[in-house]
Amino acid sequence: MLQREEHETLRWRISFIGYVIVAALLVLAFGFWNMQIVQVSYYQQRADQNRVREIPLLAPRGRIYDREHRVLADNRPSYNIILIRENSPHTVEQTAAMLSSGISMSKDEVLESINRSIRRHVPKFRPIVLKEDVSVDDIAYVKSHRYELPEIAVELQPRRRYFEGQLAAHAMGYVGEVTEAELTTPEFVNFKSGDQVGKTGLERQYNNLLVGQDGFKRVIVNSFGREMGQLEEQPYVAGNDLVTTIDLDLQRAAEDMVGERSGAVVALDPRTGEILAMVSRPAYDPNLFATRISPVDWNNLITDPRKPMQNRAIQSRFSPGSVFKVFMAAAGLEAGTLNPLRSVYCPGYASFYGHTFACDKHEGHGTLGLHDAIVTSCNVFFYNVGNDLGISRIYQYATMMGLGRKSGIDLPNEDSGLIPSEAWKQRVYKAKWYAGETISVAIGQGYVSITPLQAAWAMGGLTTGGRLKQPHFVKPEQLKKLSLPANEIVEEDYPIHQSTVNIVTTAMWGVVNEEGGTGFRARIEGFDVAGKTGTAQVVGKQANLKGQAYKDNSWFVGFAPSRNPEIVVAAFIENGGWGAEAAAPVAHAVLETYYKKKLGQFDGKVTTIAAN
Amino acid sequence: MIGDSTSGRFWKDFDWLLFAAAIGLSIISLVEIYSSTMAQPTDNFFARQLAWVCVGIVFFIIVAAIDYHLIAEQIPWFYLLAIVVLLYTLAMGHRVSGSKSWVRLGPAMFQPSELIKMVVVVTLARFFSELRSSRYMTFSQIAKACMICMVPVSLVALQPDLGTALTYLPALAVGLFIRGVRPAVLISLILGFVLVLPISWLILKPYQKERILTFLDPDRDPLGKGYQVNQSKIAIGSGGLIGKGVFNGSQNRLGFLPTRHTDFIFSVVGEELGFVGVIGTLGLLAFIIFRSIHNAQTARDSLGLFIVMGVVGIYFFHVIVNVGMVIGFMPTTGIPLPFMSYGGSSVLTAFIALGLVLNVRRRRYVN
Repeated sequence: MLQREEHETLRWRISFIGYVIVAALLVLAFGFWNMQIVQVSYYQQRADQNRVREIPLLAPRGRIYDREHRVLADNRPSYNIILIRENSPHTVEQTAAMLSSGISMSKDEVLESINRSIRRHVPKFRPIVLKEDVSVDDIAYVKSHRYELPEIAVELQPRRRYFEGQLAAHAMGYVGEVTEAELTTPEFVNFKSGDQVGKTGLERQYNNLLVGQDGFKRVIVNSFGREMGQLEEQPYVAGNDLVTTIDLDLQRAAEDMVGERSGAVVALDPRTGEILAMVSRPAYDPNLFATRISPVDWNNLITDPRKPMQNRAIQSRFSPGSVFKVFMAAAGLEAGTLNPLRSVYCPGYASFYGHTFACDKHEGHGTLGLHDAIVTSCNVFFYNVGNDLGISRIYQYATMMGLGRKSGIDLPNEDSGLIPSEAWKQRVYKAKWYAGETISVAIGQGYVSITPLQAAWAMGGLTTGGRLKQPHFVKPEQLKKLSLPANEIVEEDYPIHQSTVNIVTTAMWGVVNEEGGTGFRARIEGFDVAGKTGTAQVVGKQANLKGQAYKDNSWFVGFAPSRNPEIVVAAFIENGGWGAEAAAPVAHAVLETYYKKKLGQFDGKVTTIAAN
Repeated sequence: MIGDSTSGRFWKDFDWLLFAAAIGLSIISLVEIYSSTMAQPTDNFFARQLAWVCVGIVFFIIVAAIDYHLIAEQIPWFYLLAIVVLLYTLAMGHRVSGSKSWVRLGPAMFQPSELIKMVVVVTLARFFSELRSSRYMTFSQIAKACMICMVPVSLVALQPDLGTALTYLPALAVGLFIRGVRPAVLISLILGFVLVLPISWLILKPYQKERILTFLDPDRDPLGKGYQVNQSKIAIGSGGLIGKGVFNGSQNRLGFLPTRHTDFIFSVVGEELGFVGVIGTLGLLAFIIFRSIHNAQTARDSLGLFIVMGVVGIYFFHVIVNVGMVIGFMPTTGIPLPFMSYGGSSVLTAFIALGLVLNVRRRRYVN
């Protein structure tokens, strides 16, 4: 037994232990105070992240219609397999192994898509898309294994569907995931990584109108990722529908007629500027982009020497050939350098500035006036017209009439074409303009080049008495209705005498309807079609190269009726040979379809005439 | 001295406050066990815990009634029996999550290592109290005390249940400290313990190493061991001042908290009852500890003193390790919180320990 004094020592030691315990409990209490009082909002947020899962509800894009409300593009339901790493009961390795055993994806592919997101520091609660647009089998596997794989889910994503594939592909454009680079531009300021946006064409131009507002659904999930209840739902707002001025029937007629050849067609209403059809071939299938395009498909598209991604109607410039002659005639008449009664003798060639320039008719046209020069497309006559005008006036009038500058169409990346001038040559080539170069320009060769859209637009302006209506697919009223910024359709009226218009349109009526006219293949019984053919040399001809690639480019720009036309069609066939043979039948099909629809006789079938 | 529980004197000396604190903790425990196991009603965790609390109260009264001198007199037999039971457990026990620490006792599974702690407490108390009067213990006395403790500790550690084995040590440490060891020896014991750590690292099992690494950095493997602590901290922190309300803890009810009715019951308290509930619960535990310390200081003899302080050491160790664990101050170990965690062995041991405290208190005045 211990002595009393020793007992006191023991009591002191016990008290010491008491102090240690008090200190320890105070440390614990401080820990709780720090977590529950000081950092409470941080932990509450973490708890909410745990239990609340936000499921995006992706809004479908608006549909795109033709002018008669026929659907050109809409959306189809499609499902993605997604992974939410947060609270997953498995490691990504396990998930990948379990998932790949049931869906058409290898373990390495699954891991690769997970790792790609991890490398980009995608937060754990943000779903990772493992596979897009999956098959019914894959959906069934995921749905039936949602207890074993609660971290995997299927997500509905509406996808773009272009009903007729390649039809009007370039005008429509395509959609795809917004890129990091695009996100830094003001155009895409309201978008976030992963969003689908219009990349080209109308999809891009009217992206802000077409995109909807994504919604979300907040659900409570348990620790196994199972949904236990719903907190709130903000439904998506679907994108606005876009009614275009395209006429599906005219578009089909033009597409069919160009067929497998390379070329472009633009049909517009010169009174309003409405685009009725826009074809560029070869085309691509925009549906390929609706689901992430495969690297193979993409590579095929961009390395194809025929450049299917290029919108030839607005992004490619070509020598206009003889089509340019009608603008030269109008310019000469307006400038006063061309007497409407003038006649020229054509021996089949002409000499200017020490060079000999040929006419297409080797034996010559003999003596002929302006009307016959247009009808038979005599070069010699127009060498004289151009020579009399000089390059300055050619530039001045051609530009005024809508050539060599952008029309302002509502599509991205329009090309301006080129009308050469002395200043232009000085700037680009640092060289003087030679008068001999004017001679080639006069017949639409040399430096001059235009887009098929410009051909239709300028022809429309000329034939309606100098009224250029800004070409467009979407009427401003539609945008105004949605309180989106909308510019009025620009109308330019340039001064031109009615007599000049009458002379050139009458001549172009002759091109189609008179004996010996080069555009007879565009003739339609009862419809007052006029137009001008063009055959533009490809560089190979001078170099004496032979073969399909060096055949002449073929043009026909037609309109009807010949007075106050309702429709202008510019048809262009690359390496098509004679404009009369290759391009005129294309314009004919479009004009005839238009005429039959106007008469109420259109039965859905396009009448074609032999190309030869 | 036996059977005075029926006499009026037993109830006159009965420490109602101590008892009320234990009952208060049991009620909080039962409510939160009910809340955390509502999803598994067929397992009847609530009813089973209630039954164990009742059994615990009965044992509390029995242990309090029998004079602790009589218990100490018979303790060598209990000690031998304990060694046999531990050997039996090692040989025939049931394996639960890696440790062979359970025996079947009729309808219930029981963890003998919990209860045997009290046998070791009384054995050590008797040993310390019977030492000849001297300022400091001799080396051989220290060795003997260690031996008494380390035999059962080794058997528990072999199960292997390192966590529970560790909970025996505070009884030894508190006893040595109070009885008195030379400061040099005290320092060498502490140093020795520190030096043993790197050596024991080598013999630790991979999962044990993982636990310690995770303790040092809970984000190391958030889906593994660190997941538990992270989720526990989220539960407690999000409880705020007054908690989300009983049955309303999202971490608890949606299953984000692991082993929430046993080792992590205090996280549920923190989430559903908030800082107020945490301080209340810790307050009740502190009350029991400090009331016991007071009882030790007023004990009639050193046997009573050592018994109560052994209990205090073990209570405190459980509280500091378990509560420290749920807020990430301590590594993850399977050590239950007295009166709070689900489990018959734990509840019964806590009540028996409380019985020993009351026992000593009742006999504080020399008759």
